[in-house]
Amino acid sequence: MQGPSPAPSRYDCVVIGAGHNGLVCAATLARGGRSVLLLEAAAQVGGAALTREFVPGFRVSAGAHLLHLMPAELIRDLKLENHGLEWAAQRMTTTALLGDSAPLALSPGAADHPGLSAADAAAYAAYTARMRRFAAALAPIFSKVPPRLGSTAWSDRMALLRMGWQIRKLGRRDMRELLRIGGMNVYDLLEENFESAALKGALGFDAVLGANFGPRSPGTVLTLLYRLAAESSAGASGLSQPKRGMGALCDALAKAAVAAGAVIRTQAPVANILVEADRACGVALESGERILAENVISSADPKTTFLKLLGTAHLDAGFVRRVDHIRSRGLAAKLHIALNRAPPFRAVSEAALRGRLLLAPSLQYIEHAYNHAKYGEFSASPVMEITVPSVNDPTLAPPGQHVLSAIVQYVPYALKEGWESARPRFLDAALDALERVAPGLRGCIVGIEVSTPVDLQREFRISGGHWHHGDLAFDQILMVRPVPGAAQYRSPVEGLFLCGAGCHPGGGVMGVAGRNAAQQVLKGGWFS
Amino acid sequence: MMESSSSHFKQPLLKTPFHRRARELSQVDSFIPWAGYTTVDVFTTAEQEYFAIRNAATLYDLTPMIKYRVIGRDAVAFLNRLVTRDVAKLKPNRVAYCVWCNDAGHLIDDGTLFRLGDSEYRICTAQRQIDWLLDSALGFEVQISEVTEQLAALAVQGPTSCAVLKAAGLRGVERLKPFETSDFTLDGAGAAGGQRLTVSRTGFTGDLGYELWMEPGAAESIWDILMLAGRSRGIRAIGSQALNIARIEAGFLSPNFDFVSAEHTIRIGTDRSPLELGLGWLVDFNKGHFTGRRALLDERQRGPQRQLVGLDVAGNKPAHNALLYKDHGGKREIGHVSSAVWSPTCKRNIGLAMVDAPHFKIGSTVWAEIYLSRELVWERRMSHAQVVERPFFAPERRRATPPAEF
Repeated sequence: MQGPSPAPSRYDCVVIGAGHNGLVCAATLARGGRSVLLLEAAAQVGGAALTREFVPGFRVSAGAHLLHLMPAELIRDLKLENHGLEWAAQRMTTTALLGDSAPLALSPGAADHPGLSAADAAAYAAYTARMRRFAAALAPIFSKVPPRLGSTAWSDRMALLRMGWQIRKLGRRDMRELLRIGGMNVYDLLEENFESAALKGALGFDAVLGANFGPRSPGTVLTLLYRLAAESSAGASGLSQPKRGMGALCDALAKAAVAAGAVIRTQAPVANILVEADRACGVALESGERILAENVISSADPKTTFLKLLGTAHLDAGFVRRVDHIRSRGLAAKLHIALNRAPPFRAVSEAALRGRLLLAPSLQYIEHAYNHAKYGEFSASPVMEITVPSVNDPTLAPPGQHVLSAIVQYVPYALKEGWESARPRFLDAALDALERVAPGLRGCIVGIEVSTPVDLQREFRISGGHWHHGDLAFDQILMVRPVPGAAQYRSPVEGLFLCGAGCHPGGGVMGVAGRNAAQQVLKGGWFS
Repeated sequence: MMESSSSHFKQPLLKTPFHRRARELSQVDSFIPWAGYTTVDVFTTAEQEYFAIRNAATLYDLTPMIKYRVIGRDAVAFLNRLVTRDVAKLKPNRVAYCVWCNDAGHLIDDGTLFRLGDSEYRICTAQRQIDWLLDSALGFEVQISEVTEQLAALAVQGPTSCAVLKAAGLRGVERLKPFETSDFTLDGAGAAGGQRLTVSRTGFTGDLGYELWMEPGAAESIWDILMLAGRSRGIRAIGSQALNIARIEAGFLSPNFDFVSAEHTIRIGTDRSPLELGLGWLVDFNKGHFTGRRALLDERQRGPQRQLVGLDVAGNKPAHNALLYKDHGGKREIGHVSSAVWSPTCKRNIGLAMVDAPHFKIGSTVWAEIYLSRELVWERRMSHAQVVERPFFAPERRRATPPAEF
């Protein structure tokens, strides 16, 4: 820097990172009457909830490609539909791809497959109804600020009681069942309920999507219930696809934030959080510019926020140890394929192609895929969540051509042999897996892009490249997410808040963390 | 040294470099384990050894003290975040008594911090805690290594200690001020001639005294030359029992007697903060952040619930582990004694005790429930005790520079 630096500007709130949570947080704060500056390192808003061109003429959601966890009331409150949010598809179906045989179609009420036994069909209805009841009981927990552990404050005790009451309210039989299965693995649970390997594979997939788990890992029923509860808490729209991709959602959020008075600056990467007299008082940009603020709210992951932006010198050693120990290495990659025609999935109807396709033909298959990851290798036969967003939204590809977007697991962040040399073989393995359910797919490819967790880390500045900024597991959810001492969006440093996916209730384009954090800032004191 | 660490499983307790000398002088074969070493509890009798501390000179082997070397660009920043005192104020060749806490502001340990050069520090402490130090080093450019086995350490304490060191050939040692360190080369052509060692004017006796830090290979010859030089000044090797009497008189805390490290406690409510332990003077709230600062600020605002104090107990029976009561009847329990001894020098029955608010105020009266074995017939005695200032014994000679020629 040369010359005198300009007088630093001053805001009530500076929000770091314009991903969906940062945007929701900024919009909520601005609507609460605060002066808000939202800083984004990239050239556009969205963070990992971004639509971008990956092959000339082909656009795709760079991270999550389906929206199903954002609460309907949040979309309503921020008037996102007035700010340009449109839907390409809602209530999308799920179809499990099964290689040689016809695919399995899943809807909330029924599973449809020629090979399905009457017993499985009946069990499916009972199982989904029961899981929905459990999810509904757990749902209220998701929208709230989690209580503090060890606190004797009235509000914390009430929040814990409410959690207990939600579960007790299920009635004796359901409560017992919920407590019985809560600690199980999803493999055992599905084995208890179903015969069909295909059905079990499809239902088990959601328990491990985005997680560092195989179906036999402990706690996978909890991760499944967690997803279902978040979905239940969000409202009734089910799996949805915003028109023009996930980036359009963030554009609408940005418009809502600006309309409420927030200022957004892109290409303004934050170098560090400023602290004075043990209080966060602003940020310094990488350019050297200093921006002062009463409150700093970071949507960056907890490790980035505390260890890099804030610095450990401002924190207690035990707290730093806990942050350092957060399990935050991603295992999910994103695969984008530009196609010169619709993908040739075997026996998949046009209607099914509009929905979500799963490549997880059995629990064995998923577990085998996970085995590789345990030893630092990518899955030889990966599992995938596939969408063909251009079917519902022709704006994403040139006329007649298509985009395939897939979340591919398991793809370790810390690959033993290193990503430099492994990338082409990983891509081959993924394409082979696709080719088995879509013969001839390779012949239709116009262009390809792969984002491994290492790429996600680089592109979106997420430490470990983890979609959720940290595994969603029993020891990293609710009042211990991201760590005790920062689980209520507040940090040990007065005036510094967290609002990202690393907080309760986690990632998955929910926006709840952003909203809750903003409400904590607006409240001021603890639960006052 | 690698040899001893790699074969430690064959030899449950290590021997210090002074062990052979200690073995020769031990009359009662009373050895106790200390941090993985075997060390002397008593050579002859604790009383005889104690009186040498207060009237002559003594050698005490403190090699088992855990020693960590801290170097690196961020050494000061790291140490300032670790301990509660302001390390930036510590000048080269100075020593500071420090404590460090966990996030809750509870004491993990106390120890002495040496600044050996511009950017080299040494932490001396009673208990191993490399894990806590390494966790505390996250985000700091600093290297921490344990050097316990690379250094032999010997405390030379007592009114004639300075004279003994001078006679042993440490020229200029009398100019060393309290909490100062200096390097020396031994004069003379004897076995120890030319030996180099570092001397700090520190100790655990509250008396005039020094601590000597040296290569393990030089340990025996330095021991010998000190014994020779001190013969006419009543020098004597002492064990831990005698030292314990002196440290209670000096009001110093002993880990696992007066507090348990917060890293080791498992029961809720047994951790202690520096404010509770009467070490508030070591806590610098204005130096910037350190681990436990926010919790200690809260505690300061609330006011301490209990405090470690000195006790002057009636009678001559030490109040070992005595429970303390508000009333003679023993209805209202208000604390306990953590260290107790009959002070031979003060001729007082003294103790260190943890006492609940508000009874810890100087001058408060409490009642100590003392159990006495009279030839295996047990008696219970309620003794009147008064909360008094620490230390109980603090002679001027401990600070005098140069010390008087005793």
